Amino acid sequence: MMKIKQEQSERHVLTITVDNEAGILAKIAGLFTARGYNIDSLTVADISENHSISRITIVTHGPPAVIDQIHAQLDRLVPVHKVVDLTEMGAHVEREMALVKVAGTGDARVEALRLADVFRAKVVDTTTSSFVFELTGTPDKIDRFVSLMRELGLVEVGRTGVVGMMRGAEAA
Amino acid sequence: MSEERSGAVILVESLARQGVEFVFGYPGGAVLPIYDALFNDARIRHILVRHEAGAAHAAEGYARSTGKPGVVLVTSGPGATNAVTGIADAFMDSIPLVVITGQVPTGLIGSDAFQEADTIGITRHCTKHNYLVKDPAELAGIIDEAFRIATTGRPGPVVIDIPKDVQIASAQWNGAPPQKESRYNPQTRGSDKDIARAIELLANARAPIFYTGGGVINSGPHAADLLRQLQELTGAPVTSTLMGLGAFPADHADWLGMLGMHGTYESNMAMNQADLVVCIGARFDDRVTGRLDAFSPHSTKIHIDIDRSSINKTVTVDLPIIGDCGEVLEQLIAAWGNRKPQNLSDWKARIDGWRTRKSLAYPRDPQAIMPQLAIERLFELTKHLDPVISTEVGQHQMWAAQHFHFFGPNKWLTSGGLGTMGYGLPAAIGAQLGNPDSLVIDIAGDASIQMNIQELGTATQYRLPVKVFILNNEWMGMVRQWQELTYESRYSESYSDSLPDFVRLAEAYGWKGIRIEDESQLDAGIQAMIDHPGPVIVDCLVAKEANCFPMIPSGAAHTDMILYGDSVAGTMDDEAKALV
Repeated sequence: MMKIKQEQSERHVLTITVDNEAGILAKIAGLFTARGYNIDSLTVADISENHSISRITIVTHGPPAVIDQIHAQLDRLVPVHKVVDLTEMGAHVEREMALVKVAGTGDARVEALRLADVFRAKVVDTTTSSFVFELTGTPDKIDRFVSLMRELGLVEVGRTGVVGMMRGAEAA
Repeated sequence: MSEERSGAVILVESLARQGVEFVFGYPGGAVLPIYDALFNDARIRHILVRHEAGAAHAAEGYARSTGKPGVVLVTSGPGATNAVTGIADAFMDSIPLVVITGQVPTGLIGSDAFQEADTIGITRHCTKHNYLVKDPAELAGIIDEAFRIATTGRPGPVVIDIPKDVQIASAQWNGAPPQKESRYNPQTRGSDKDIARAIELLANARAPIFYTGGGVINSGPHAADLLRQLQELTGAPVTSTLMGLGAFPADHADWLGMLGMHGTYESNMAMNQADLVVCIGARFDDRVTGRLDAFSPHSTKIHIDIDRSSINKTVTVDLPIIGDCGEVLEQLIAAWGNRKPQNLSDWKARIDGWRTRKSLAYPRDPQAIMPQLAIERLFELTKHLDPVISTEVGQHQMWAAQHFHFFGPNKWLTSGGLGTMGYGLPAAIGAQLGNPDSLVIDIAGDASIQMNIQELGTATQYRLPVKVFILNNEWMGMVRQWQELTYESRYSESYSDSLPDFVRLAEAYGWKGIRIEDESQLDAGIQAMIDHPGPVIVDCLVAKEANCFPMIPSGAAHTDMILYGDSVAGTMDDEAKALV
């Protein structure tokens, strides 16, 4: 019997500068589904003074040839101005923000607060039996914090997805 | 001078300013304001089709045969969804279309209004770009950009969805071209470094081959001339994809015929054995490459394409050159200078050896007309008229590609990428409008022709002398052939039952009908078709179970062609069956 084959894949962070027009997000997200590419995270926000340009950051994974195709297919869309593969370009910064709600009392509550301090998470809401932490960092760091909180009464997690930028003085 | 004009008038004026001669369309509630603006317009001729799919394919046929963009006008909802197949077809085959769809009024969008469909959502991934116009003031700029996007770079369809209230509302309009910096500027010239490297490879190759495609046709007739010039300089043999037929003359000594699944033995063997493949405006489609890991294994590959996403999509190439085929060919010819190619006589001798297999030969049938023979006679009797040929999809299409021969671009209209049955008749109608003095023939099959048979009425209405030549074998022949070769002849649902009497059908639409039942009637029937000044259906009854060979079965290498006379196994393994 025939089996479906799996291919080796790598993680890439892409930033896409686009015209801020109706349907652009659907166009880009839809391109990924239509061609069978993966989206691990996607963030989008207006970045220009006159609200005409948005920047989208997509974290994706796939074999190198597929990553190259994703880049080319995105470039082909008329409202897309620029696509930068941060992973390909080299030294870059990746940051993600998370809100993490933890409920508990006694030792668990104290431990949660102590760990939050270690991770430089900020308390943005509290009750006598809960905290909401705000945490910024690489996706890995957030993963680790969330997994620690799981033992201490994790209630809810919200994450923004990654935004990224090249290091150095130049625009990518 | 700036004046207030309705959206519908701005649209019609903008189309006229683009030089649009024909609009292929069908009216409906959501486009009534536009139809009113078109009423009695002397500049733009509206061609009323019988189904919106026909409008899109007719616009494709017009575009493919003239090099100008085709324009479609349909209503909201079913008007737009019916046109989608033609839009998707144009997207796959890189045909420039501007499709205007009506939409329910802005305030009703999203309310499941009568004849509402999310046209922008539906066409998002089968258009090069699409627009929902929310303000008539944007219309002139959008139409200008839409034509630019449709016709430059890699051509393709653009949809402009216009809500009914935007057609009626007014905006300032001054008739001048919109002053807007364009955000769409495709790269058309190859870099000097890449050109120099390509010339180096061409000059040193001992077994080179040009593998050309629809990009050469899209680049304009001058690109076909330049291809001929470069071929003359380098002496390399030429093969072409289905979409590229006509870019290189079929009577040239170095013409190998079409390559791929139903290509000639010599072209596929030459691709397999070449040391240099120069791909010009083609995209290594699965119908061309066969099994990827066995595709042209010994060659260095150059790929010239205007669309970067075509590079390394399925086959990794050594030297990509992103640019317009015509412009890059010009650069290559200039850079070649006074070089001499390598002595290619060994390579040509090997090719001549492969030619002796006569892979397009077929056995004659004393009882029935072989379909290949019918195409050969059609070619012989019409070639002096330099006809435009369209096709539907299936065996007849491949036989036409193999046995009809082309000597120039824009003469061959076929649905290559999407493989749309029902393309040929409307495409022929569009081509006839664009080429009123040409002989235009749709080579069809008995199943395909029924998919847009309603367009017979369109040709009647506009007195278009289109010819439809049906190879009638009472089967969906290509489906039957695959079932014979891979499913032990279990002919599941591939028989064309309850066929109409095509001669009487022709007559019912005001066409002439001719039936050819015997080889002895073949030439006279074809001649009668040519001689009749109006539209004609020829119902040519052919051998019922003829197969289209050569054939590379799915999942096989170029060297594993099935030729006539080979014994063929009745089944395939699952890996091969899973391929399209």
